[in-house]
Amino acid sequence: MRAFVGIDLGSTTTKAVVLGEGGEVLGRGITNSRSNYKVACDVALCEALIDARFGRVAAGFLGERAAGGAGERSLAELERRFREQQYQHQLDVFGQRALAHAAANDDAAALRPALESILGAMAGETAALFAEGAERKSDFFRDLAGGRFLALAEAAGRGGAARFDRLAGLFDKTILEVENLPAGGDSFSTLVRAALAAMPAPPPELPAAVERATAAPLEIERSVGTGYGRATLPFPKDQIRSEILCHGLGAHHLFPRTRTVLDIGGQDTKAIQVDERGIVTSFQMNDRCAAGCGRYLGYIADEMNLGLHQLGPMALTAERTVRINSTCTVFAGAELRERLSLGEKRENILAGLHRAIILRAMSLLARSGGVSEEFTFTGGVAKNAAAVGALRELVTANYGEMTMNISADSIYTGALGAALFARRDTERPAERGEAA
Amino acid sequence: MKASKDASQLRQKQMIAEHYSRLARSGETGEKSVYTFVPGNLTELLRSFDLLPVLPEINALQSAMRGKSKEYIAIAEKAGHSEDVCTYVKCDYGMMKSGNVGPTGERLPQPDLLLLSYTGCFTFLKWFEILREEYSAPAVMLHVPYQADGRITESMRRYVVHQLREKVIPELERLSGRAYDEDRLKECLTRSARAEDDLVAVLESAKHRPSPIDAYFGGVYYVGPIFSAFRGGEEACAYYRELRQEVEERVASGLGPVTPEGQLTRERFRLVVEGPPNWTHFHEFWKMFADEGAVVVASTYTKVGGVYDTGFRHDPEHPLETLADYCMGCYTNLSLPTRVDLLARYLTEYDADGLLVHSIKSCNSFSAGQLAMLRDVEARTGRPCGFIESDLVDPRYFSAANIRNRLESFFQMIDQKRERATA
Repeated sequence: MRAFVGIDLGSTTTKAVVLGEGGEVLGRGITNSRSNYKVACDVALCEALIDARFGRVAAGFLGERAAGGAGERSLAELERRFREQQYQHQLDVFGQRALAHAAANDDAAALRPALESILGAMAGETAALFAEGAERKSDFFRDLAGGRFLALAEAAGRGGAARFDRLAGLFDKTILEVENLPAGGDSFSTLVRAALAAMPAPPPELPAAVERATAAPLEIERSVGTGYGRATLPFPKDQIRSEILCHGLGAHHLFPRTRTVLDIGGQDTKAIQVDERGIVTSFQMNDRCAAGCGRYLGYIADEMNLGLHQLGPMALTAERTVRINSTCTVFAGAELRERLSLGEKRENILAGLHRAIILRAMSLLARSGGVSEEFTFTGGVAKNAAAVGALRELVTANYGEMTMNISADSIYTGALGAALFARRDTERPAERGEAA
Repeated sequence: MKASKDASQLRQKQMIAEHYSRLARSGETGEKSVYTFVPGNLTELLRSFDLLPVLPEINALQSAMRGKSKEYIAIAEKAGHSEDVCTYVKCDYGMMKSGNVGPTGERLPQPDLLLLSYTGCFTFLKWFEILREEYSAPAVMLHVPYQADGRITESMRRYVVHQLREKVIPELERLSGRAYDEDRLKECLTRSARAEDDLVAVLESAKHRPSPIDAYFGGVYYVGPIFSAFRGGEEACAYYRELRQEVEERVASGLGPVTPEGQLTRERFRLVVEGPPNWTHFHEFWKMFADEGAVVVASTYTKVGGVYDTGFRHDPEHPLETLADYCMGCYTNLSLPTRVDLLARYLTEYDADGLLVHSIKSCNSFSAGQLAMLRDVEARTGRPCGFIESDLVDPRYFSAANIRNRLESFFQMIDQKRERATA
């Protein structure tokens, strides 16, 4: 089957979308961006292809069964166990490398047993981490493993087994190395079989569906890259598009009546106006300063020792909204600590922080030409319910009642737009030549 | 072709070198120097008194192109000038404090007079207040009324002429020790008009496809002599005559502009640009356009020292009135609606694909209202408009990655619009 790929190399995460011949989304993948952009792209694409395979497994398997119920639970279990296998595999690689680094350390005698104990504990926790209903702080190995590693290292440090700073240093050194290892091709087949084998009682039709999905070829016809790191993407120039255009087209594809798009990513906020065909007519981006972007929330989460995913839900429980400076991330951090020391509730401060970033976005929207019906919100921050709430309130106050579209897959909007360009370029090669 | 192109460039270089050398020797020769600004400069009048103009803005941008502005700005900030102050001012101040060495490596003379023609930029006032303090030099101010209603009235003209007669000319007579000689002024103005005719022909050559010039990055060089010390002189006439011939030859040969990367072979985008260029990364900035085949066919920055392509010429028959009209007509002195009219006109007349605004962080006078102007132009012409931001001479505000990102998006937006038009 022919497929078209869009890759959005952002400052925080790298996203990939795989489209089928008819423009249908086959799979989506995401990973944290890292120093090696090529690896980030490969990993995101690999994840999207895994997602596409799971889609096929689901289609093949559910096609033979009644929708809902036990069938979907089995699929969810298969995927969970797949992720567990994947995590365990990454943890093994990490462990081997970390032990090698520890051996080279002048503190090796103390480090090695402490490290082995941490790795052993982490391996023992894997099943619980991926158990049904278990909450994970992030989807990325770096965050998941890092959180646990550092907590266990801290305990080891307190217990006097080894110095915390040495262990933390070891983690930093190893994770950088492991993250930038080349992605392991199509690892789907090995891991999915292991996942299947780990299921205590898989439904009898599932193994056949898995095998069929694994065997079917998926040929990538064309790829288009976008995002902040697009200049470094391993694509020729005519296969690279500005993220403004990709977000515009992606948003139009998701919600064809879209006229205004707001995208809040890691370090960019983009306000984009599009016409009835998804063509960008005007745009504004934050300049010189990335306060008010996703990284701002990341910084605040770190300051509060929370996961990024936890900020929005916590802010939603606020009783009042504290007024917070939004012009500088570092100042906002200082303000946050001051408010906390004065006894202000975390929830109320968080509500203020979310409002502050949206206020900055409102200014960009105004500069780009305002908000027109329909309005689509994309990017990682669109997953944050408190940010969405603040945006809805401020848009309504400034522009009146407005249809506000948010896709569950809003973080993939740029990659989707890129994949649509890839497909369109293949359909209209003449135009591509003209534009090149 | 290449040799003839080099001829005007070499001539300009020579003119500049001679001027700075004359300034450097003024201590021995006894020639007097007058500091003044580009918009509303009264070069012909100064020339008629044999006074030598010094243009601090030009010195500041030259410092930036030589990589000195960062250091000069730091000196000014150390002296207490805020980060938000116009960076031309700070760069000039830092240069002054570092020995006032000009672009050719020679020391500039101290001002014998500060001639402040206030033409749309309120920072000029503060700038010369600082210089007056530092040099203890006398200052004379010509207040040029803003064209709020988009036109010059007779009373505005009388007001400027009155100041020229009563304030400026007596001061120049005192400084030079000679009487105002209207015949000499008229001769200068005659030469100005001649050079202006040729300059307009050069600028309007960009209406051709491909455009033989880049009217922004190349344009800033072309306007150099006429905006600075040379208007009204024979050497400026020779320079513009030569430049015009070269450009006409390029048109005849169907050649595009020469960029730092060499001859531009494919004109993909024709742009109108509003706002000054960035001087600290001038070539890098230009390359971002050239790499995409983007040619600027008209720019407003090349009108800050005089708008000539709407018909104005210095008129020797009415010497003081024409100086008044010139000052009031500079781009910096135009109202926002007039600027919008000019931009919309350029987009149409030069058959441009879009408007790009390069907004200057530290220039409140010029940058205020640019976003509103952009919206107006967009609504009137239906052509794509883009907005980027950096600074004149403060290298800290040039973020190459951000600017490239926005430029690429802008160019692709134009492409998309074209695709739609042909679909």
